[in-house]
Amino acid sequence: MVHKLTGALTLGAALLLSTSAFAQDKRVVTWNADYDPIPLAAAEALIADFEAANPEIDVQLTNFDHEAYKNAIRNFLTADAPDLANWYAANRMRPFVEAGLFADISDVWANNGLMESLASSVPSSTIDGKQYAIPYTYYQWGIYYNRDAYAAAGVEVPGPEGVNWETFLANCEKFKAAGIDCVTTGSSALWPVAGIFDYVSLRTNGYQFHSDLAAGKISWTSPEARAVFENLGKLQPYVTENHAAIDWQDAAALFVQGKAANYVMGNFAVGVFKEGGMTNDNLGFMVFPEIAAGIARAEEAPTDTIHLTSGAKNPEDAKAFLAYMASPEAQSKWNTAVGQLPTNKNATVPADDPFLTAGFEALSTATGGIAQFWDRDADAEYAKAGMEGFQRFLVQPEALEEILTQLEATRTRLFPQ
Amino acid sequence: MAQASQAARRWNQRTIAPWLFLAPGLFMFGVYVLWPIIQSVTLSFYDWNGLYNQDGEFTGTFVGTRNYAELMTDPAFETSLWNNLKWLVLYMLALPIGLFIAIFLNQTVTGIRLYKSLFFFPFVISQVVVGLIFAWFYAPNFGLFYLLTESLTGKGTAILADPDLVTYGIIVAGLWPQIAYVMILYLTGLNNVAPDQIEAARLDGAKGWRMLWYVVLPQLRPATFIAVIVTVIGALRSFDLVSIMTTGGPFGSSRVLSYYMFEMALGEFGFRMGYGAAIAVVLFAIMMIFISGFIWKMWRDEKER
Repeated sequence: MVHKLTGALTLGAALLLSTSAFAQDKRVVTWNADYDPIPLAAAEALIADFEAANPEIDVQLTNFDHEAYKNAIRNFLTADAPDLANWYAANRMRPFVEAGLFADISDVWANNGLMESLASSVPSSTIDGKQYAIPYTYYQWGIYYNRDAYAAAGVEVPGPEGVNWETFLANCEKFKAAGIDCVTTGSSALWPVAGIFDYVSLRTNGYQFHSDLAAGKISWTSPEARAVFENLGKLQPYVTENHAAIDWQDAAALFVQGKAANYVMGNFAVGVFKEGGMTNDNLGFMVFPEIAAGIARAEEAPTDTIHLTSGAKNPEDAKAFLAYMASPEAQSKWNTAVGQLPTNKNATVPADDPFLTAGFEALSTATGGIAQFWDRDADAEYAKAGMEGFQRFLVQPEALEEILTQLEATRTRLFPQ
Repeated sequence: MAQASQAARRWNQRTIAPWLFLAPGLFMFGVYVLWPIIQSVTLSFYDWNGLYNQDGEFTGTFVGTRNYAELMTDPAFETSLWNNLKWLVLYMLALPIGLFIAIFLNQTVTGIRLYKSLFFFPFVISQVVVGLIFAWFYAPNFGLFYLLTESLTGKGTAILADPDLVTYGIIVAGLWPQIAYVMILYLTGLNNVAPDQIEAARLDGAKGWRMLWYVVLPQLRPATFIAVIVTVIGALRSFDLVSIMTTGGPFGSSRVLSYYMFEMALGEFGFRMGYGAAIAVVLFAIMMIFISGFIWKMWRDEKER
């Protein structure tokens, strides 16, 4: 099978080469990516800038379908590795690092002062003290709210700094009386519930606890973990019923129609909300409410990354391109076009996008730390077991003991004490 | 001397010729059936994340029967096994319902061909489409079924969000095309029912149920046999509907073995090839029970001839 694949890939490579026959005197850097149309155009603009500055290098991007990429990367990294490949930070890149398929690029970090300019992303790019990723974009999570729904229920609209937990729950009670879902989500794909759980966990016990929990270092039956579920249980009655059967886009429809007031989501959802007819006038963003006082505020911001492969044929030029992708200029340009946040702290954010500026503000003042998201912080199998537990709790809160016992059993199996 | 060599040649021809004719089939069977089975069984003794290292070497480690030991204590595996059982039992409903519709349609009325093809229609469309139709039918807030239960009981039932009902909801969706399939099998079977026997039975005063049970059904035995086999196999490989309608959710309560195997081996949070292979081996063993029964019966029928 591997040989057949090699054949197919060689054929593909041959076709690619024949189209770039004009660029024979240039040194080629190949890059496999999984971009949607807008990010793809932004990436091509960056390549054009890079090639203008380095006329002797030709960067060739091969774009994959987003879902197909997740399987394709497992084949092409061994069969016919490009120089650069897109992937995700933290635990998601660990299997490839451990199989020796992603190359150590600590020198790129050291030579370009990235430890300082990409400071917030150092932990998520590092495995065993070495850097394996160039983070070039992330996006904030938080609560998006529908001002019209707030007005309809007669609830005071919160500011960007949000409200505290008691007020939030009291508001939920008012929404319930008005027949509006206080918090909506669509968890048929599981991951949206992880956003809610992560925030309740981060606000109840802080970043370090949450990070240890995701790493399997903390027992699910500990009083701290129970406290998280207790707080989640307070929110549970106000979450859209039947969320387990709908997609996050279906829940977005409820939110846009004003049948739901708040949505714990990532910034990528803003595009969907606006397509549904919302504008900057009735769509608002706030950070998740503070639960336990005195805990440094931590936020969620999943990071996308580019990696140098171990099979790279032109690692030197590929590293030059990686350094470019880490630069404030490249990151400002790409993220402005795509509507996400640059990881380089010297990069700029467009001032006319209230959600990006609010997100940038929220993340840069998050003294507690930046979490990646449950399914990137936790080991894949552990992440899945966790998300099923969170979803079950939001459907059957009375099954708490069973959920915790099962999660604890998974933990002791995956992380033998 | 010459006679002996001629006999030897004839013997050669008689022994070699069948094998020569069988060779292409055996080759295909070996490459596409036997070899994958052996590979799956071997893989089930390894812990492997599906990656080769940079030099193309296999990165798995041998763990003996640990994957199987883990299956024994895995609650998700238990759920899948129970769900498979529910599928097996409830899918059998396709037989009586299919038979009933077939008998109902087995009459000569103008336009009966059109009715037959309309009843057969759900089997022709893709399982993916069937899954989507039923997912919308059950959808909370706007699905027909949800609105129906809402108007009857005052509170809508979202079948696909309810861990206790979800599997039954998917089985109903699966029965729709399966009934059509069984119906067409019985319709062809009914064509071959001997009219003289019916006539004789009628003269003896047989009617209704007794006629069906003692005269018609025994003649439909070959059709029933095939219908049972395809229904059992259909129930065991119920993958597409689960994948389309719920992706195994909510929290894994609608998983079946084939879907759990996919999740573990190739799903986004899986890539545990060895564990997935172990699930596949268990599923294969369960299927083998039915397949052996099928082969044994065929063997017996051939010998009787």
